[in-house]
Parts: sequence; structure tokens; C-alpha cells
Amino acid sequence: MADSGSSLVAELGRLEAEGLRAVGAAGTAAELEEVRVRFLGRRDGRLSQLLRRVGGLHPAERPRVGSAANRVKGRFRTALADRRRAFEAQPRAVASPTDLTLPSRPSWTGGRHPVTRVIDDLVAIFRSLGFTLVRGPEAETEWYNFEALNTPLNHPAADVQDTLYLKAGHLLRSHTSPVQVRTLEHYRPPIRVLAPGMVYRRDSYDATHTPAFMQLEGLAVDEGISFVDLKATLSEFARRFWGPGTRVRFRPSFFPFTEPSAEVDVKRVYRSAGGEEAETGWIEIMGAGMVDPAVLEASGVDPERYTGFAFGMGPGRIGLLRYGIPDLRLLFENDVRFLSQFA
Amino acid sequence: MDVSYRWLEACAAGPIGTPQEVEERLAARGFPLESVTDLSAGLGDLVVGRVEAVAPHPNADRLSVCHVEAGTGAVQVICGAPNVAAGRCYPFAPVGARLPGGLRIRRVKIRGERSNGMLCSEAELDLGPDADGILALDGNPEPGEPLTGVLGLDDLRFDVEVTPNRPDLLSHLGLARELAAGGDADVRPPPVPGSSAGIRAALGAVAAVTGPRETSGGGVTVRIEDGRLCHRYLALRLSGVRVGRSPAWLEQRLRAAGARPINNVVDATNYVLLELGHPLHAFDLDLIPERTVVVRCARRAEGIETLDRVRRNLAPDMLAISGPRAPIAVAGVIGGADTEVSDRTTEVLLECALFDAASVRTTRKALGLSTDASYRFERGVDPEGLGRAVMRAAEVILATAGGEVAGPLLDTCARPFRRERIRLRPARVEQLLGVAFGPGEIGALLGPLGLPVREGDAGSLTVEVPGFRCHDLTREADLIEEVARTHGYDSFPDRLGAFRPGTVPDHPQFALEDAVRDVLTGAGLLEAQVPAFTSSRHGTVEISNPVSAEEAFLRGTLLPGLVACLERNLRRGNRNVRLFEIGTVFLPGEPGALPVEWTHVAAILHGMREPPHWSRPEEPLDLWDVKGILERLAGVVASGRSWKLGSPSGPDAAGLCCPEAAFALFDARGTGVPWGVGGRILGEHVDLPKWGGDVWGIELALPGEAGPRPVPLFRALPTYPPVERDLALLLPEEIPAEAALAVIRTKGGRHLREIEVFDLYRGDELPAGSRSVAVRTRFRAADRTLKDDEVDASIGRITRALEEELGVRRRTGAG
Repeated sequence: MADSGSSLVAELGRLEAEGLRAVGAAGTAAELEEVRVRFLGRRDGRLSQLLRRVGGLHPAERPRVGSAANRVKGRFRTALADRRRAFEAQPRAVASPTDLTLPSRPSWTGGRHPVTRVIDDLVAIFRSLGFTLVRGPEAETEWYNFEALNTPLNHPAADVQDTLYLKAGHLLRSHTSPVQVRTLEHYRPPIRVLAPGMVYRRDSYDATHTPAFMQLEGLAVDEGISFVDLKATLSEFARRFWGPGTRVRFRPSFFPFTEPSAEVDVKRVYRSAGGEEAETGWIEIMGAGMVDPAVLEASGVDPERYTGFAFGMGPGRIGLLRYGIPDLRLLFENDVRFLSQFA
Repeated sequence: MDVSYRWLEACAAGPIGTPQEVEERLAARGFPLESVTDLSAGLGDLVVGRVEAVAPHPNADRLSVCHVEAGTGAVQVICGAPNVAAGRCYPFAPVGARLPGGLRIRRVKIRGERSNGMLCSEAELDLGPDADGILALDGNPEPGEPLTGVLGLDDLRFDVEVTPNRPDLLSHLGLARELAAGGDADVRPPPVPGSSAGIRAALGAVAAVTGPRETSGGGVTVRIEDGRLCHRYLALRLSGVRVGRSPAWLEQRLRAAGARPINNVVDATNYVLLELGHPLHAFDLDLIPERTVVVRCARRAEGIETLDRVRRNLAPDMLAISGPRAPIAVAGVIGGADTEVSDRTTEVLLECALFDAASVRTTRKALGLSTDASYRFERGVDPEGLGRAVMRAAEVILATAGGEVAGPLLDTCARPFRRERIRLRPARVEQLLGVAFGPGEIGALLGPLGLPVREGDAGSLTVEVPGFRCHDLTREADLIEEVARTHGYDSFPDRLGAFRPGTVPDHPQFALEDAVRDVLTGAGLLEAQVPAFTSSRHGTVEISNPVSAEEAFLRGTLLPGLVACLERNLRRGNRNVRLFEIGTVFLPGEPGALPVEWTHVAAILHGMREPPHWSRPEEPLDLWDVKGILERLAGVVASGRSWKLGSPSGPDAAGLCCPEAAFALFDARGTGVPWGVGGRILGEHVDLPKWGGDVWGIELALPGEAGPRPVPLFRALPTYPPVERDLALLLPEEIPAEAALAVIRTKGGRHLREIEVFDLYRGDELPAGSRSVAVRTRFRAADRTLKDDEVDASIGRITRALEEELGVRRRTGAG
């Protein structure tokens, strides 16, 4: 049967498919060499044999088959080279495929910082309670950090947080509460916002202090918000975060920008290793309070009409309790053996 | 504030409960204890020993042989103290006892004589400085009685955390009042030991001379020149005072509250400060020229040597207590050395005044010191408590130092105190607290705090605020807090009610940061958090009061902080380090404006591309890993806008990258300041161990105004098969691969869908200075199967353009 251009091109296609399969199936460099000789060998290779038949074609058909053959040859070569490199890169013997006890092929596991994880968890809960996320600058004015928050600079309450000042004026915010004022200035109630962010204090590093740390601020302002809503919202949060049996305690406290002010403590109830119910001691988790009318007024909100509550907590400290980390400094050392534990 | 439990107990009319109960009640009212110290700690083994007989030691001049009765029969004790006397009682450590320093008393022979125990000095018991003799016990204690009881050391010191709004709690009486159910009615200062009915009668008979600016009497004149900063000044002269050491009860009270005894007059003023919360000062009246006290602002270039022996310059805005010419004290802060009470003092002038809180605060800050007095003045003292305080101090002095009141009480009052009456609306109470309280309930809650409640107009109430609460109760909201606090926070319900969703949209940067975290954690990186402090090398925004020079600036770039993290990891032997951080960097702002803040994301990588595994060789991370991460980051950060990778023209802003192995990310035009950089960090910037490898870094800025995250748009899935063609290009080294790819992209026609570089090869058989780059092109039409010759035509156009535009030829298949 006489060859036609088309039948030869089709045969080339089959040859290519068969050859590439053979390349893929070659398990060793020696097998691969055998495949190469079988298909590309100059004398007896199947491609050479096929090309010898091109001479029998009509001259007009020869270039088409020739270029197709070149493409096939190119792809063969590439496949052979790829496969050869794979063998070179893998000089060690491939293990018996039946030994399933050998360790699997690992990849590096990335992960979020433990404090980010805590913030993610906190934010998820407050989102479901209607809060959205806002942010404010880390370098602040005295107005936003103190005065608008009912903290006159000449009152000792301004000393409670030892503030870092900037040479060119202004300061590093000592809490995320300035975001309360900035939010109240830009939006009308109802407002329900969270403001996570870095805050700064003039502290040295020790197990419980770092000069910079994350804080999570919350603010809810609307008509008819009362101390009962504050207790209810934060208790609900605590039970979702620490578990349904969590007990929550509100103790009187003082913050210039809230009144009444409270410290919030939780007591976690858990099952001990022996299976019986056990509980932790009271753990201080946040400060909270009803937004002081002076703060609303300073932000241009009518305090007779609107009331609200605010709270602030330290995700770093909460992370310490949650993950059993003994020292705040570990959070900033960024030792990969530490960070990997939370990946 | 350091508080003695026994003193607190003494201030209360009734029982105050056990220490645990006191701790719990204080905490429940908002004043938790920072610490509790057992003052008898280490003294449990000591007892009262009575010396029955003293005889000289036969073999030593300075020692005596004593017979000491300590409740279990007299024992022989050798004592070296010069003041040991028969018939007196001393602290005694029997054999086996342990002293506070840890020393255990054993039976010993001293110069041939047995000693069965030790008579102790104040210093040996850590009770005071006196090491010259043993501590003689006053009264007539029973031998064998525990020493702690005799010395009043069976006491606890509470460190109470008093919030800055409650200066009235900076005293024992104030805390007792807060604890007592009946408030002010249930507390009173305890009797002064050594005082008498005579002393009290004499004090009760002291007349007062009052005046708005100037008073005089008993040879003393007081003048207030600045009535704005000094509202009131009480002065009382005491004559014939014998200054000396305070009796044991007084010293013990002071020590229990954390104060250091000095002498009976100074101790009396400190005692009253700790008991009633009002600072007082005692002058040696004979050292005040013309016995005239002027309260005025300091004059220019005036100075004073203060009690701490420091010469201080005063500024004209500082209030000074002055003689006719020079200052003798800094008002409300510290006394002067020139008029200090000493052993020679017999005439004492007691000062009890009311100074402006903000002025005291400004002054003590400018002078760089904080005293017990300034601490209370700047928070606010009870304007109604001055008279009681000065008389109380006088009673303690007369009882412990003798003397008598000479002359009237000089009461100069420039600004009389009036009690505020605050309107309180029950409706507002309900609005804020969420629970309704009737007028009767409110009265019952506030009354015991010393806040009388009266009916006002239109259903509102009127509350009168006494002096001791005048600083923190100034508004309706302050009273509502007292209602809530007294009612008990735990008594309020916590049922979750309905709420309206807020009007504030999410700030878009949070979603962007989250997407960046996803990309980088997905690439196997761990998130780091690095404080923003740095040295002058890596920041330009300077902190004026830094903790150290290494933390005196705010970073202008993130990578140096991550380099430090990498170095720490390498020092600890962690070879594979892949960290990233999302954080704020700071640049100087316009004059007067806030610094400019940018959120950056940076990454640092070192070590192997993949964890070791038996199936593959270990390969270190390289430039192509970094480029991949940079591209994925750019895709997220660009938020749908165009971006372009290029080579940085030089080291990037941080000076960290090696230009030969780095990429920069530019805006769409490929110009301007790059958004970010990625590449190999120069060795000079990293302190690497010998075994360290290449360090790779990335840093880029998140857009200042992040828009909403772009929404992906669906493209129909192809229904027709693609046609693939491979091109092996002989590319001269000086032509970048991207140039060839750009030609392929533009000349490939509309059916060219994808191109991939699948091989790069250099070898001897290639022309010198060239490499072979293998590109797979994939053509596809949306509506039909492409014909070979259509694709061949496209490949032909590509090949010609490569040849013409770049001089690049294809490698022939046979080659």
C-alpha cells in the first residue's frame, strides 16, 4: 500500500504517543536509553524507519511530513531530557512501592502568628454580634489619645499608661481608644465597631510587659444602649470564646473615658483529665464601661440621646492564657519553633 | 497604696472582717490588692526575754553573762550589747530559732561560757537601722510571749491598687470608710497612745484666727499672695517640743504602711498623711525669718535646697512657701532643708494647706520628683479635712514629743469650699444602667456613702457631695456609677437584647491583609510580629523619651527587623526560616502633622525549598522562589490594578538587596518608585553563621487606600482542544527572556492563549554566548478546532518577528 502524506502524519502521531508513554514508563536511566535507541536510533530507530518512507511520497507532500516529524523528534528529545534530569536528580534507589510505612512527602507549613489567630477568633465572634472593623493611626495627637477621652493632660489619669512621645510632637497611642473618637466623628449612630491594632507604652520587656502590643477595642453607640447590654454582649462573647459554662464577673474599675467602668473576669469550666468538672480561677480579660458622656460630647454626639459601651482587651494576653504560653516576650522573638506550633 | 490591716481595723468602729474578707470586699468595689505582705514573716521564732541578772564575762571586757527568762526557766546567754540591763525585756531568740536573715541560733561557748540563745538588736530583726544595742521592749510584756504580738507585728501590709479618681482612698480612714457598710458614720481615727484628756482639752480650746489673705497670731504671720494656686493655709504653732525618736507604736504603724520613721515630729505628720490622707509639713519655726510665711509663686532665678539635699531651681509658675525673702518649701511637693525639723528644734510650725492640684502636678513633674504629698495633692485632697488633720498631727506631737500649742490656729482661706449639689434624674439612671431605680432606692444606695439625696424639681433628685468625694463626683454620670457600684455589678441582668446593625463599613485594609496572610502562609511562611522600634539606622521618626537608644526610632522599613529575627533563629540553630510580617512603618510628616504611616508586608527566607525527604535531594531556596512569592503578593496587593516586575536600578530604599539578583515591582507604567522589592539580601546586612546560605527578602507597601477586593469574572470554559507548538529559541545571553516572550505574545495572534518556558539549556554544542530557551505555545479558538496550517502561520509570524526584531533564531530539530 502506497503511503500518503496524511497517513504518514497520522502514523507519526501514534508513534509520538507511544514513544512518550515509553519515556514516562522508563524506570531507570538504562531503560530510558533503550527507549531512546528504539525510537530515535539513527539506523533502526522507528522514527528513522518511518522517515525513510518519505522518499516515496509526492514531492509536494514531503515538507509537511518532514516538519511534523521534526516536531515529534523535538518533543521526544525534550521528554527524554526531562526524564533524564529527573533520574539524575534522584540518584537514590526508589523504594519499594509497597513499604507504606515510609514517611510521606512533606511541605513547609506556614501559619498565622498566635496573636493574629486570637484576633481572628475574637473578631469572628464580635462580627456575629454585629460589629465591623475599623482602624486608626498608631501615631496620635494628645487630643485623641487623652483629651477627647476625658483625660485632661494635667490629671494623674494621664500617667497610668506611660506614654511614648515623638520628637516632632504628638505621641504613640497608648491604647486603641482614640479610634472610638475618630469613628464617632465620622459616622452617625448606630455604631458597632471593633478596632484591632498595635499600641505602645514606655515599658521594658519582661514576662508580662512589652513596649508594643496588640489591643482590640470595641464600641457600640446607639439609642437605648445600657449597662445591661454591655454585660449581656460581653458575657455572650465570653461564653462563645471560652465555652458555654464560662462564668463572667464584672468588677468596678476606673477609666476616664467610661462610666460606669468595669474590669471583666472569666472563670473557665472544663473537664479535667480524670473526667470530672474543674474550673480555673478568675482571669482578668478586659476593661469595659459605658461611654462617658464627655467622650460623646467631644466627638459631636448628643449624650442625652445616645448612649453606648466600649471595651478593650489584649489579644496577646488572651493568647498566653489560651495557648499556655508562659512569657509575653515569646510573642516577639519569632522563633520558628515557636511560631510553627500555631501553624 | 501600702496599708496596714491592723491600722485599718483600728479606724473602723466595728469589725472589718478577716484579711481575706477585706481583700475580697475591696476587689469587689474596684480596688484589688497588688500584694499582701506578712509583717511577722521571719520573726515567728522570737519571744520576749526578760534579763533577770547581768554579770561581766570573766574572760571578755565587752561581753556580759545574762540570765534570761523566756517562759521556760532562766537560761544563760552571752550578750555583747552595752545597753543590757537587769529587769528589762528584749527580743530573745532561743536555741533552734531562726532570725529573719536565715541565721539559726545554736548552743555555743563564747570565751569559755555557754550561751543558750541570743538577745537581739533592731537591725538583727530587720526592724530598723539600730545595731548599737539590743532592742529594749516598752511596757511590761510577759516573758515567753511571741515578739510579733508585743511589737504589733502580727499585721499584714496590703498594697491596694487605688484608681486615680479616688484620692479619698489614699488613707487608712478613707479605705475603712469605703469598707464600712455605714460609710463615714462607721469610722473614726483611733485614740492616740500617750495622749490624754488634758491634751485633747487644750487642743479643743485652740482659737482660730481667720482671714481671706493674711492672718497673724502667736507671733506668726501667714499671707497668701496667690489665691488661685493656694486656696487655704492652716498654720499652728507648737512650743517646747522635744524632738527625738518616736515611740514604738508610731514607728511600727509607719513601717507597717511602708514609711520610714525619722523623728517624732516628722513621723506625726506622716502618720496623719497615712491615716487621714492629708499631707502636712512641719517647719522649725525659729528658722523661718521673721516668723512670716508667704505663699506665692517663685520669682525668676529663685532656688531652694530641698529636704533630699538637692539644690533646685524654681520656675515662676511654681508655687513656693516662702519666708519674707526666700522660699522655704515647694508647695505641696517637698520642704526646704533650711527650715527642717532637727534635734535642736523646739518651736514647730505645722502647715496644713490646700493647693491647686494641676499646679502641684506641673511643679513636681518639672522638678522630676514625686512625693507622698504631691501624689495626694495632684489627685485631690479633702478640702473639708484640713482642720481635723492639723489638730490630729498636733495631738500626736504633743503625745510623743511634749510641748504645747502656742497661739491660735491661723486659718487663711482665699477660696472657701462649697459643696456641690448635683441633679440626678432617675430616668437617666435607667437609660444608662438599663434597670429602673426609684428615688427611695437611689437614696438608700447613695446615703451610706455620705451622699445625702433630696427630692428636687420635676421628679429629679439632688445629691450633695461632701469634700472627700468632691474630686470624682462632679456630674450626674458620676453619681450613676455610684448607684451601679453600690447596687453591685453582679446584680444587673445580662440578657442579650435586640440591637441595630451599625452604619460603619469594614475598613478594606483588613480584607487585604487577610489575603496577604493567606498567600504567604500558603507559601509556607510563618507570620512574625516585630515591635516597631529601631535605632537611627533604620528609622527617621524619633521618640523623645525612649527606653534605650536601640529603641529610639520608629522603623521606616520592615526588613531590618525580620533580618534580626532571622539572625536570632540562626543563632539558635534553626536553619530553615521563612518569616513574614505585616506591620506599620513611619515616615516624618509635614511640620506639625502626624507622621506618615504605611502598612508594609515583608518576608525573609533562608534554607531549603522543601523539608528533607527520602525521595528527593535537598535544594536551597533560590531567586525563582522569591520571584514567585513576589508575583503572588503583587497579584493580591495590586487589587486589580496593573503591576509589572522589573530589575531595580540600584539597591532598594532599604539598601538590602543585591541588584544582580533582585526584582522590583513597579506600577503599571514601570516607572516611579517601586512598590516593593525582592531578592538576595547582601551579606553585609546579615550576620550569618559559617553554615548559613543565601538570605532572600521581600518588602512591599500595601496601597494606602485599599479599594474593595476585585471580583473574579467567569470566562467560558473552552470546548475545543488546543494545539500546542514548542519553540526552542537560541537566545543570546544579552537578550532577556522577557523580550522574546513579549514578541511571542504580540505576534501570536488572538488564538495564542498560553506560553510556558519549559526548558532552559546551555551547552557546548550551542553557539557561544547563547542559551536555548524552550517555549511551549498553546493556541485555541473559542468556536472551532484550529487547523494545523493556521497555527503554523502564527508560528511563522512569531519566528520571523523574533528574527527581525531580536535576531533570535529557532534551534532546528536536528541540531
